[in-house]
Amino acid sequence: MSESKKTFVITRFDPDKDEVPKTQEYEIPVHEDWKVLDAINFIKDEVDPTISHRWSCRMAVCGSCGMMVNGEPKLTCKTRLSDYGDRVIVEPLANFPVIRDLVSELDGFMEKFQAVKPWVIRAKEEAGAVSASNPPKSSKGTFVQSAAELAEFKQFSLCINCMLCYAACPVVANEPEFLGPAAIALGHRYNLDSRDQGLDERNEVFRGEGTVFSCSFANECSEVCPKNVDPAAAVNQAKFGAVIDWATSLVLPRPGASKEGGK
Amino acid sequence: MVEVSRHDIIIVGGGAAGLRAAIAAAEADPSASIALVSKVYPMRSHTVSAEGGAAGVAREDDNFEMHGQDTVKGSDFLGDQDVIQYFVEQAPKELALLENWGCPWSRNDDGSVATRAFGGMTVKRTWYAADKVGFHMLHTLFQHSMQFENIVRYDEYFVSKLLVEDGACRGVAALDIRTGDMHAIVGRAVILATGGAGKIFPFTTNGMIKTGDGMALAYRAGVPLKDMEFVQYHPTGLPGTGILITEATRGEGGHLKNSEGERFLVEYDYGVGQKAELGPRDMISRASILEMEAGRGIQGSYGEYVHLDLTHLGEEKIMSRLPMVRELCKIYAGMDPVHQPIPVRPVVHYMMGGVDTDIDGATTLPGLYAAGEVACVSLNGANRLGSNSLTECLVFGARAGLHSLEFAKGSAAGSDDGLRAQAEEEAARVDALRGRKKGGEKIAAIRHEMTSAMESGCGVFRRQESMGAAVEALVQLKGRVSDLRLEDDSKVFNTEVIAALELHNMLDVAEVVAVSAHHRKESRGAHTCRDFERRDDQNYLYHTLCYHDPSGPRLDKKDVTLGRWEPVERKY
Ligand SMILES: Cc1cc2nc3c(=O)[nH]c(=O)nc-3n(C[C@H](O)[C@H](O)[C@H](O)COP(=O)(O)OP(=O)(O)OC[C@H]3O[C@@H](n4cnc5c(N)ncnc54)[C@H](O)[C@@H]3O)c2cc1C
Ligand code: FES
Repeated sequence: MSESKKTFVITRFDPDKDEVPKTQEYEIPVHEDWKVLDAINFIKDEVDPTISHRWSCRMAVCGSCGMMVNGEPKLTCKTRLSDYGDRVIVEPLANFPVIRDLVSELDGFMEKFQAVKPWVIRAKEEAGAVSASNPPKSSKGTFVQSAAELAEFKQFSLCINCMLCYAACPVVANEPEFLGPAAIALGHRYNLDSRDQGLDERNEVFRGEGTVFSCSFANECSEVCPKNVDPAAAVNQAKFGAVIDWATSLVLPRPGASKEGGK
Repeated sequence: MVEVSRHDIIIVGGGAAGLRAAIAAAEADPSASIALVSKVYPMRSHTVSAEGGAAGVAREDDNFEMHGQDTVKGSDFLGDQDVIQYFVEQAPKELALLENWGCPWSRNDDGSVATRAFGGMTVKRTWYAADKVGFHMLHTLFQHSMQFENIVRYDEYFVSKLLVEDGACRGVAALDIRTGDMHAIVGRAVILATGGAGKIFPFTTNGMIKTGDGMALAYRAGVPLKDMEFVQYHPTGLPGTGILITEATRGEGGHLKNSEGERFLVEYDYGVGQKAELGPRDMISRASILEMEAGRGIQGSYGEYVHLDLTHLGEEKIMSRLPMVRELCKIYAGMDPVHQPIPVRPVVHYMMGGVDTDIDGATTLPGLYAAGEVACVSLNGANRLGSNSLTECLVFGARAGLHSLEFAKGSAAGSDDGLRAQAEEEAARVDALRGRKKGGEKIAAIRHEMTSAMESGCGVFRRQESMGAAVEALVQLKGRVSDLRLEDDSKVFNTEVIAALELHNMLDVAEVVAVSAHHRKESRGAHTCRDFERRDDQNYLYHTLCYHDPSGPRLDKKDVTLGRWEPVERKY
């Protein structure tokens, strides 16, 4: 295996010791098939064990290892080192508070995530009654869902919560309270699921301040998404849905999507 | 002073088992307060990486009897048959619940949930959501759990000790990773759902977090670990990284081939018979190694491998059923399975053994429960069938959740002061370790020596001598680990001190694996000993128990619960 050398410029920040973040450089040998994460792990194991970063699955599915690599949000376990030159700059994800070094703080993200009610909501008074909006369960206790119905929301259910889209989003940068791409895509995913009846509840969340309407359609989120979830499309559709829903609710009560629809 | 927070039950682990336990308890008693403590955010738990599917009877041509029989046979008759019976009956109900909660299971044309073939299963009974099953199950469970106000999460808290008072488990000492402060999270019952320990080996499908913490915690608290010699090697890991290529590839029709292009499971007698690629994992892993030993492996820059050929399945099927496999191959093996065979070799995947529990998830320590991969409820015996373990997390997670709640109701709460004092002692231990610059040993070096000892001693094929050597190496390493040198003295998000705590845990677990393996002088399921090539029911049809003892691991036996399926020769 051929080896070469690269220099990694890594952001260091320890709130107990540093006023502001600084950088530290490490020149290390790298293998041609390494990902960026492999290099950081090598530095941590062999050169400087005081670096803090998050990772686990190293197969692009747990969502832990998002960082800025040469200024762009990247899933580091998926990002080939061979695509970079001799100097690789690694920073914590943009648009998040930093806990330490490469570790960002997720509190706000988790709140937004929960705010969209990411669980199947069934309208209480409809439960059990069979109707178009409350499809019958099969004898096996499951809902019937066609391949087409599954395809409606499937893509938006593939988000691994890596938060790269928040780091890329120009609106999040200016309006930290903006629900943001991943959370909106998640809420929208449930809205599109034929088993769910929580549209009204979620649209209320979507219509709130600093939410779907803040999006400026920069499309950055979809460009950086490592799983091709296309959150921009979700935000777009959710925005439209929230307006339509609000407009029709003025004239027509919606069957099977009651506001009292409980948990 | 260490802060004390009180709950009714405390669940350690936010993977499938922990989340399912939390939801079961939260639903059963909305007034009960349930702590969910996890060293990573729940959606990062390694359940997320499971690809292939979850087993549960679903079709007309299937029944509980058949699922039970397959599981017993797969276990090489070391599974407890009462547990297996309960498991197969609950499995479809649990998988249907996940469906109701939004899991995007793949569907048949009529809109019912689809099932696929899996190794060792006679009928298509593995529910799947393309090849991202663990990911979807975990996210469904986590998202569903968010609606319960009585589930209180402690994200990124590392549990380093069980708090035991008056002979009962009453809480945990947990390090808040963000602040570096120790907390006492106390209550009336604790469930361990901390997952497996693949990281005691160098080449594994497991993520960085699978360090056997819960096994070590229970072991040090006097609870035996059971059947730890049985380590599952999955036949198809990518050389180098160990990233898993799911068994669903074979369920969907993929073939294993040697350097001659032969389907070796068909061409040679490896005991899998007509099942060929759908044989059980222990047998196929052995077959792959034997092919390499016979000179029919393929040499690569990360050692020898065989081929997993999907090219005849076609792009459309691969994209609809196995999209993640294609993605993983492209990123991590630089090849496209639509056009080329995938290089694969056996890789450490799953721990059949774990914390000894009964069918309710209860351990020998009152108030302490365990479920999921950390536990050994004896569903899997000597060899787990693929797709039984995700379902196991649901079935026994739920049961442990309900039983621990019952236990909690009838049990007294421990004293704040007593439990705080224990946590303070634990805080002092961690403080002494953090930034311990006087030591001479490096974490990475000891970890490396431990994993190589495990690989040479407890591989697919084992020998008495090499297992003995592994035991000795581990005893040495356990001595050296007390002299660790740590550089990072910061309290905030100090991952070095966590790595040190995990290393201690792994050494304990590794030693138990090696000692248990060394004592079993037969070949059964995943434990294949070249010095004793046959199964020996006369002398070894029992569970191995391993206790922590100041002088070293102490072994004992436990009966296997047999029943309607009598042990017979395991042939497919
Ligand atoms: C790549 C891969 C593919 C697989 N595919 C399949 C499949 O297709 N079908 C199948 O049935 N099985 C499969 N398995 C096995 C199955 O996924 C696991 O056995 C199962 O997910 C384990 O779940 P768990 O809840 O027990 O543990 P995990 O999901 O590993 O969760 C453990 C939890 O415990 C927490 N934790 C651990 N230690 C501590 C500590 N000290 N303090 C606080 N928290 C702690 C972690 O943070 C985590 O939340 C696969 C396994 C792998 C590795
Ligand atoms: S380490 Fe899991 S996504 Fe990168």
